[in-house]
Amino acid sequence: MTVITDALCPFCGCVCDDLTIVVENNKITDIKNACKLGAAKIMGHHRIEAPMMRADKKSEFKEVSYEEAINEAAAILSKSKRPLMYGWASAVCEVHKKGILLAEEVGAIIDNTATVCHAPSTLAVHEKGLPTATLGQIKNRSDVVVFWGSNPVHAHPRHMGRYSVFAKGFFQEKGRKGRKVIVVDVRKTETAAMADEFIQVRQGSDYLVISALRAILSGHADVVPESVGGISKEQLVKLVDTLKAAKFGSIFFGMGLTQSISRYKNIDNAISLITELNAFTKYVISPMRGHYNVTGFGQVCSWETGFATAVDFARGAPYYNPGETAANDVLLRKETDAAMIIAGDAGAHFPADSVRHLARIPVVQIDPYWNPTTEVSNVVIPVAICGVEVEGTAYRMDGVSLRMRKMIEPTLPTDVEVLERITERVRQLRGE
Amino acid sequence: MELLIKNGAVIDPVNGIKGDKTDISIKDGKIVSSVSSKATVIDAGGRLVMAGGVDAHSHIAGAKVNVGRMMRPEDSRSGISPRTKITRPCTGYTVPNVYAMGYRYAQMGYTTVFEAAQAIMKARHTHEELEEIPIIDKGALTLFGSNWPTMDFIREKNMDKLAAYVAWGLLASRGFGVKCVNPGGGEMWGFGKNVTGIDDVVPGFDVTPKEIIVSLMKVNEMLELPHSVHLHCNNLGNPGNYKTTLASMELANQVKASKDRQVMHVTHLLFNSWGGTNWGDFESKADEIANYLNNHDNITGDMGQMIFGSATTMTADGPKQYANAKLLHAKWSNGDVELEDASGVVPIYYVKQISVHAIMWAIGFELALLTKDPYQMLLTTDHPNGGPFVNYSEVIALLMSNKKRQEEIKTVHEAVHAKNKLPGLDRELDFSEIAIMTRAGPAKVLGLLDTKGHLGVGADADISIYDIKPEQIDPSVEHAKIKSAFSSATYTIKGGQVVVKDGQITATPLGRTYWVDAKVPQLHHDEMMKDIVKKFKNYYSIQLANYMVQDEYVTHPQVIKAGAIPVEVN
Amino acid sequence: MTLNAILITGRTINQGATIENKTSLDYQEATALCEMNSKDIGILGIKPGNQISVKTDHGEVVVKIKENNGNPDGMAFIPMGPWANAIVDPDTKGCGMPGFKGIKAQINPTDNKILSMKELIARYK
Repeated sequence: MTVITDALCPFCGCVCDDLTIVVENNKITDIKNACKLGAAKIMGHHRIEAPMMRADKKSEFKEVSYEEAINEAAAILSKSKRPLMYGWASAVCEVHKKGILLAEEVGAIIDNTATVCHAPSTLAVHEKGLPTATLGQIKNRSDVVVFWGSNPVHAHPRHMGRYSVFAKGFFQEKGRKGRKVIVVDVRKTETAAMADEFIQVRQGSDYLVISALRAILSGHADVVPESVGGISKEQLVKLVDTLKAAKFGSIFFGMGLTQSISRYKNIDNAISLITELNAFTKYVISPMRGHYNVTGFGQVCSWETGFATAVDFARGAPYYNPGETAANDVLLRKETDAAMIIAGDAGAHFPADSVRHLARIPVVQIDPYWNPTTEVSNVVIPVAICGVEVEGTAYRMDGVSLRMRKMIEPTLPTDVEVLERITERVRQLRGE
Repeated sequence: MELLIKNGAVIDPVNGIKGDKTDISIKDGKIVSSVSSKATVIDAGGRLVMAGGVDAHSHIAGAKVNVGRMMRPEDSRSGISPRTKITRPCTGYTVPNVYAMGYRYAQMGYTTVFEAAQAIMKARHTHEELEEIPIIDKGALTLFGSNWPTMDFIREKNMDKLAAYVAWGLLASRGFGVKCVNPGGGEMWGFGKNVTGIDDVVPGFDVTPKEIIVSLMKVNEMLELPHSVHLHCNNLGNPGNYKTTLASMELANQVKASKDRQVMHVTHLLFNSWGGTNWGDFESKADEIANYLNNHDNITGDMGQMIFGSATTMTADGPKQYANAKLLHAKWSNGDVELEDASGVVPIYYVKQISVHAIMWAIGFELALLTKDPYQMLLTTDHPNGGPFVNYSEVIALLMSNKKRQEEIKTVHEAVHAKNKLPGLDRELDFSEIAIMTRAGPAKVLGLLDTKGHLGVGADADISIYDIKPEQIDPSVEHAKIKSAFSSATYTIKGGQVVVKDGQITATPLGRTYWVDAKVPQLHHDEMMKDIVKKFKNYYSIQLANYMVQDEYVTHPQVIKAGAIPVEVN
Repeated sequence: MTLNAILITGRTINQGATIENKTSLDYQEATALCEMNSKDIGILGIKPGNQISVKTDHGEVVVKIKENNGNPDGMAFIPMGPWANAIVDPDTKGCGMPGFKGIKAQINPTDNKILSMKELIARYK
């Protein structure tokens, strides 16, 4: 029996690193400190056991060797004029580097799961920057914490305990008692139920509410109507007073802002609010990143290509234009003629029309698990699970780089090996 | 692998060579006294030969740089070139991608570059990027100036624990030296405040910037680190700050260097040599700073030269960056690192017609021309704060040509005539002085003079050949040729391998990452670690077991050993 | 009895706990559902656990109704996943992000069965 302490969780953007894992006979038999999400992933699920292929997506898969599957994947990418390589967020950075190299070689568009999550936040950052801090700053200093369009009880269960609400710190010795917690959301979630103040906003009105807050903050409450987005002016004025009275305020935001009408403009406005609050007192804003290494893909892609995601290599040089080059854009325009989906599930998480197009084109899936992407795939290559069977780098939601542990030995090839072999085969096919 | 460079006009100030045609023999990546007849011969054709360039202060890797990339897609778009058989695609101007970073330095004839600042908690990120920068040798300076353990040990007046912390921090971050940015201010920025001078007391920690600077100098010398403390002074960017700079520099007299080098290096002095009291009466005090350097050989500095056009300011001086953003109405990124330091990234555009910018531009050159010893004023642009490093050739040409300077002065705001001394300075630096400012000086300041910055036997075979014939060119008149030649090396040789020919990349080997492994008595280490363990238990948001940079992130290490000795106090 | 609603989709803990097991009944139980408050369920004339059809301009899907009194009147929440994505707005509005929240929906009780994940995706082939 082996006990691994200080292990890191490969599920959500919290990347909790205080897990204890008990391993017996190369199986994980017990986990301490993980939340329901992390425990479920680490304890494991039924996996695809061998590579499989089919020419017709409606017929049954046929089991094949890794070599056959890899060769077919390489052939598909090689022949393709407009390949899409998507996913990445559940894999470690070492995998991302191989992926970007392959995307360069085949002139693909490479995009990651942020495309349906926080890519709009990146667009806002292009406009306004990102005034933020590492999570320990919240733990040690923050006395006013706002969750806006974010429901950590469901999506980041240990965030409040480890970092933002219950955590005790150097200047926040009282933990929860020393903090005011505000939740802004369209419905009373379980996070809202725990808050000191819940502000219910009409769905799609966040931009208006943020604008109203900014107007009040800058001394122009006179232009604000009696009600904005379902919230009374009185409540908005009170909220601004609360925000201004903070010693260190922090706003955490999620899909409520990125996915609603106005998309990135909601975050653009929110960042402006934070910047303006800094004239009065210290404020930071942080995106609640979903996957444990979606942030990592953005980091690697930025330093390698100059752009965080949705990078089009068709010209041999990186070209970035979300709205044109994001995964759903090229699928909805039916422009992509082949796709590789790795460490991300487009079949489950893209709108129906995107999945309809995936069903029309050759699709290679690289993933441990059978999921909706498998249902529209032609070539399926199962791999070892990063963060459980494969060590490597991941970036927590606040940009802190950490090394994921290997808890048990893999029984299948790793993403890195598979990508390397595909790349080699692509080069052979091109006569390099 | 043997290489012989013949017919080069060698400028090697360390070894007293001032343009003589000297052969350079290279074997197995080192300069040797002779090679066999089997050696590959490069005929330099009378061209200028120098050691590969060494940059002691540049923001090339890590969290701040990547934030710069993410927030500035317009910058990434401005320097795009596609992949080739040998090179990956390049993007960016002020915040290039990692490949462009390495290729473009090499194309200028630079072979060693040090990242100016990394927080220990984010060092893993810095090294991930350094690992992907091709060709150049590199390293990173680690931030200590606002770290909670630093301030605690100083308050306790326990230099042994502080030395142990610095040694351990360098190991944890695989860092090369001690960086101190706006000391104390990083902690104050945690609540949106700042220090106003070296005597302010940091609340919660009860230490002053003065104490931080002196204590870090003490332990730096106790540990006999190759480099000295590297200081970004308090009050950067505030009119009148030259007084803070002088007061900070005076502190160097309190500690004696343990090695043949400075005891304090003050960085990007362009931003810290300001007189006046506000933007209205703002003026240069470069002469005061240069005068101080001329009378104190225990301090070195670097220019932080400003280049007109696009730049991206990025420093650990969080409060200054917020102030910049407000002033410029610019987008603003901030990244405070728990228990360690702050940071901020703000784009800027330097404009000739803005009086403040013109005065700043002139300050940089005044610093270089008024400091007598080029070993005391290194050439930097604090890339990308003053401007991107690809503009070093512009700086070189201006330093060598008063004619070019005067032409340039005609095009900038006239305030330089009233607020600067530059228009009246006619000193023109020669090739040796340039070689000192860009090679020998940085190597000496960093403590790497044994293997870098010169072309004597034993040096690393890092060599640049430029398309200039020193005895045939008048740099004062032919400054355009100087600029063009220094922009694009005829040859860059790294570790004995030709990596650039006629400005094109020919090979992309991976360079080495320099870091310092300093030893302290086990007792001191253990005592220090008790406090560190408490910090992780109570305040950090990650576990101690996951904090330190692992071997996997430094695949080509060059480890410099150091160790504790009792420090001699004046 | 058609109920007009605004549809939002998003994460839940059960959806997250089963996300690597999407062929399982647990995943279907966690994601092929729609949360509305008891008043709206009453207007539909059904009970929690009954089937409803949720229709938007982009598609129609059958899921199970679940009570959540945190929802305001007229708000339907379907956890992210293939059932939700059968009916969300694909339009990325020129910025790359489809419309996963704030879609006008019409809700009706139904006797049609809930498709399995495989059946659902098969409709796209």
